[in-house]
Amino acid sequence: MMTLAGRLSSSAVGWILPVVLVGAWEAASRLGEIPPNVLPAPSGVVAAALRLGRTGELAQNIGVSTLRALSGFLVGGGIGLALGLANGLSSLSERLTDTTLQMVRNVPHLAMIPLVILWFGIDEEAKLFLVALGVFFPIYINTLHGIRGVDPHLVEMGRIYGMSPARLFWTVILPGALPSIFVGLRYALGIMWLTLIVAETISASSGIGYMAMQAREFLLVDVVVLSIVIYALLGKLADTVARLLERLSLQWHPAFQTR
Amino acid sequence: MFAAALRRADDTLDLRREPARPQPAFGAAITARGLAKSFGPKTVLAGLDLHVPAGQSVAIVGKSGCGKSTLLRLLVGLDEPTSGSVRLGEGTGHGTARLMFQEPRLLPWRRVSANVEVGLSPAIPSAERRRLALRALGEVGLADRAGEWPAVLSGGQKQRVALGRALVSQPRLLALDEPLGALDALTRIEMQGLVERVWQAQHFTALLVTHDVGEALALADRILVLDAGRIALDLPVDVPRPRRRGDAALAALEGRIIDRLFNDHGAGI
Repeated sequence: MMTLAGRLSSSAVGWILPVVLVGAWEAASRLGEIPPNVLPAPSGVVAAALRLGRTGELAQNIGVSTLRALSGFLVGGGIGLALGLANGLSSLSERLTDTTLQMVRNVPHLAMIPLVILWFGIDEEAKLFLVALGVFFPIYINTLHGIRGVDPHLVEMGRIYGMSPARLFWTVILPGALPSIFVGLRYALGIMWLTLIVAETISASSGIGYMAMQAREFLLVDVVVLSIVIYALLGKLADTVARLLERLSLQWHPAFQTR
Repeated sequence: MFAAALRRADDTLDLRREPARPQPAFGAAITARGLAKSFGPKTVLAGLDLHVPAGQSVAIVGKSGCGKSTLLRLLVGLDEPTSGSVRLGEGTGHGTARLMFQEPRLLPWRRVSANVEVGLSPAIPSAERRRLALRALGEVGLADRAGEWPAVLSGGQKQRVALGRALVSQPRLLALDEPLGALDALTRIEMQGLVERVWQAQHFTALLVTHDVGEALALADRILVLDAGRIALDLPVDVPRPRRRGDAALAALEGRIIDRLFNDHGAGI
């Protein structure tokens, strides 16, 4: 059994390396080893964050980017989940759509950027479309895989015990597919930020990517670095939320039963 | 209104059986005529006739692939026969016949009591479902594990939960498809005792498919030896209960069954 102190120290272990690296970076900057126009000191990045925070620019850009990421994720993830469920449950639906989906899947979604700019310009739709396209496939594939992987013995048991199709879905099939759906969800969250960064860097008039590109024009290296740090933190936050959800809904799973 | 709904659910589902225990006539009688089943060109059952009186416990033994599981599934109504008919006694409806498998087939994402509730109609109010589930768990000796996840239970305990799930709807017919096959020897003996106790208490008709002749003799009133899709031997077991392992009468019956299974008129194994 793990004591509280032991648990704290084991989660603290993961932070040793980042803290040491940031400390070394700060020290090297102070000693003049790293010129500030190449890489500003961590304290400089914090100062930039405070500066932009005070004008409200930082919060606004983070808000815009988060909204884009989440709405694209909801649209693409929702369609992916629906199609994954449909194709997992109905072989007709799968025969109808799977070949097409597999062909489209092999086109890297970022290769669509020129076309997307032609279609939507640099408006919100362009970013929404790219994020939705990016998160669609991991959710679709993993949902389909999860439904396929449900133990047929359990499905037979449900039928024999007189479950209606709807009850069978909610009590047997969906919970059985959930671990795999969560894998898709976490993977999709990574793709969500990646796509948004690329899309905002290429064409945007607001958001963190836009903030970084503006800063580059004015040689504000600290703001560029700040943007990268914010992306890292948002990505980590999304992953943490997904893991928390996973832990809550998969309590039954032996892999999540820590005692 | 709630009470009325409860009464209606009880009436339709035959659940108002306690505290007075089900009477001996509670089980469902089974009559099968000319029962045949083929899968493509392969004939598994070649037209057999069978009558099982209400409340009898019948064991079906035979070598692998003799069609014993197929017969069980036909008798319970899970599969359609290629020809012939099966009739269960009157009063059949939801939860009339229950099947227990070789694997427990518990839902890992439902706690033990919720797994037992799977055996009940969702039309029953949830408080009543929970009460019945806890009672069934008590019958299989697992009342204190109601809140656990199935993953933490041992193989024998999981199979006991599966037995509770099968019994919670007070079935008139319980079919057991090698339910103890995957358990270790000591747990099997324990489970055999449990199955015998609940059968004696509830008087359902029991059909047990097994490859273990000793198990068949311990539990059944009557043993059917199945061979090449026909009933090769229909043997009553008139040995009083509780039966003792190694009893001389049982040993003599065991000898007859084994002879019939293996000295197959020179056909060999």
